[in-house]
Amino acid sequence: MAADVKAPPLRTLPIAPDLAPGAMAGSKPYVATDKMQQALGFPGELGEGWQERALGKMGELLGKYRSLKVYLDSCVHCGACSDKCHYFLGTGDPINMPVARQDLMRSVYRRHFTLAGKVFPKLVGARDLTKEVLDQWYSYYNQCSECRRCSVFCPYGIDTAEITMAGKEIMDAAGLGQKYTNEIIGKVHRIGNNLGLPGPALADTLEGLEEDVKEETGADVRFPLDEKGAEVLLVTPSADFFAEPHVDSLIGYAKVFHAAGIRWTLSSRASEAGNFGLFIGNYDQLQKIALRIREAALELGVKRIVVGECGHAWRVAYSMWNTLAGIGAGGTDPFARQLQSQLDLRYKQPTHICELTWDLIQRGALTLDKEANDHRVVTFHDSCNVARASRMGDTPGGQFEIPRAIIRAVANKYVEMAPGTTHEQTFCCGGGGGLLTDELLDLRVKGALPRMEALREVADGQSVNFMATICAICKAQFTKVLPYYGFKMSMVGGVHQLVSTAIRLGAKH
Amino acid sequence: MTAATVVFALLFYFATAVLAIGVGWRVYDYARTPAPLKIPTTPAPVTRGGVALRMLREIVFFESLFKGNLWTWAAGWMFHFGLLLVLLRHLRYFTQPVWGFVVLVQPFGIYAGFLMVAGLAGLWLRRVAVPRVRYISTPSDHLMLALLIAIAASGLVMKFVSHTDIVSVKAFFLGLMYFDWQPLPGGAPLYLHLSLVALLMLVFPFSKLLHAPGIFFSPTRNQVDDPREHRHVAPWAAGLDSGP
Ligand code: SF4
Ligand code: SF4
Repeated sequence: MAADVKAPPLRTLPIAPDLAPGAMAGSKPYVATDKMQQALGFPGELGEGWQERALGKMGELLGKYRSLKVYLDSCVHCGACSDKCHYFLGTGDPINMPVARQDLMRSVYRRHFTLAGKVFPKLVGARDLTKEVLDQWYSYYNQCSECRRCSVFCPYGIDTAEITMAGKEIMDAAGLGQKYTNEIIGKVHRIGNNLGLPGPALADTLEGLEEDVKEETGADVRFPLDEKGAEVLLVTPSADFFAEPHVDSLIGYAKVFHAAGIRWTLSSRASEAGNFGLFIGNYDQLQKIALRIREAALELGVKRIVVGECGHAWRVAYSMWNTLAGIGAGGTDPFARQLQSQLDLRYKQPTHICELTWDLIQRGALTLDKEANDHRVVTFHDSCNVARASRMGDTPGGQFEIPRAIIRAVANKYVEMAPGTTHEQTFCCGGGGGLLTDELLDLRVKGALPRMEALREVADGQSVNFMATICAICKAQFTKVLPYYGFKMSMVGGVHQLVSTAIRLGAKH
Repeated sequence: MTAATVVFALLFYFATAVLAIGVGWRVYDYARTPAPLKIPTTPAPVTRGGVALRMLREIVFFESLFKGNLWTWAAGWMFHFGLLLVLLRHLRYFTQPVWGFVVLVQPFGIYAGFLMVAGLAGLWLRRVAVPRVRYISTPSDHLMLALLIAIAASGLVMKFVSHTDIVSVKAFFLGLMYFDWQPLPGGAPLYLHLSLVALLMLVFPFSKLLHAPGIFFSPTRNQVDDPREHRHVAPWAAGLDSGP
């Protein structure tokens, strides 16, 4: 634990904090080097003409994204969103109120793109895009995890995440990129995954896992890599390959496939489900990264594409893969048809691993020993991108029901956290949206406050000792910040970690 | 024909043109700008009909605002509902014979003016008294509330304090509509009321009042949650499909 970072005290009443102007004005992530920027086709640094580049990009985005244009016009400053952001609740900095975060861009939009702002700038709060304004953008657009909680409560559905993404895209075009995200996107292109784990190392790791599981269970559970002709391609966040507690869920997926007799494979080309192109709001990167999955699927000839436990990756997979890479149904163009004709469209494409597992459980295809999880009292943290930007199953809200149904099927003791902190109103872990980097630890710890309060309540009141979640970022973030709030870091884990504990291999069939 | 008649006649032609063209252009602009990615705030309806219902709940009941803040919801809904009744009641000045349902609304419409003012006062109180909302308020936010309250108050004054020759006012507006100008009666409250309404019409297309058309174009609310079943591609992105 870093000594200078301290968790804020838990609130006795869940009300909004007093305003603390400027409290987080100094919070900034490291800036991307010119090399990292140029690798993604962005200018290396701010330099000459940055303002024209920024405004040019802003104009372009206003023409390409209706969300941006409508949201910049429509806000009435009603304040319904003002106490909904975990970063505001944790820091008290008024610019972390979603509406104020939007206003950082709205003021520039008014000044440069609207009549009212050109004629009466003071009246409507319009500002020129100066270096000071840009610096403020850099600070506060990197204090938004793009979690969309604010959009749930806005009478016009204004989604601050859309504004933040546009802000990052504009800054990248000006030459001011964020190191953590842009370096990782570079790695995905160069090496194939966010963690920079090359193919041979991945093969080694998987072999090691096979030995471990054999030792633990006696069963020959396989972790296949690049196997042509497999039925399922599993695309999962690379953290699953060796980070704790992520790897326990990977073992869980493998056991499920093994028990159900499904031939599956990982791909070294697509050894990463994460798509940080989303975080920087860049369509090209979003698409390039998504196309790797398409290529891997075509190369391996799989019939199904299944996605592991990762929140934003599931958002991109569920909501955007069909658009970006033709992974899904309903496309009539040759590009979409090529993959559609290979995939088995009786299944949902792509499928979430939880959908697959729940389906097997319902069909009685898995043997589960719930008592094996009796040392755990489990609660479930809904990850923002799964909760508010995707679905599972056939009905709205399946993204809430299916993971919970799995947990109840594999564990006896399950407890919900307070209403208003789960389901569509879930609080972000505090580390999403490309903020999972050490120099932002202070922000991350403070942003976790609302979730930690809800967890404290069930930990003290109902002895909860395990918080399950289906997101690699949530797992990494909580592992880091739980100790600041006096919890053990091993308290967080995946849903398939619970499945892994309960599943009995070799009994059926 | 008095000078006031000419001035107000020209003012209302101008304000109507600005409102119609301004909002029309904005709507056209929103409609032609694509939403390239599927971004409904989920859980979201999985059918078109479901989306229509969701939009209806937002527009009629302010569903999201209800979840967000009960005070703002109550004041905001009071104001908007009052405004709706008042506007419907005002249709009687533009129709001859007066439409049946406008006659029905008439008795409620009069008191709806008070509802409007109460709602606006509540919203303003919140803007001043809650530090978070005060922080985000710009001068134009306060002026907009002042303008709306002044319009409502001057209207109520004409109804309940100093009576206005409403029959002639109606003749004036029908005259405007049929390009057969009739004299506008005098009176400070009437001149004030009409000037402020014209001002409101003029600022509408350039202000946050665009939230009214805006909500219909909000992708987080109006998109169907069916990305796995239907391929959604914006025209500008269609050419980008590449690779194998
Ligand atoms: S998207 Fe989430 S992090 Fe960003 S402003 Fe809204 S609530 Fe805060
Ligand atoms: S809830 Fe929506 S309209 Fe209200 S202040 Fe927030 S963004 Fe603006």
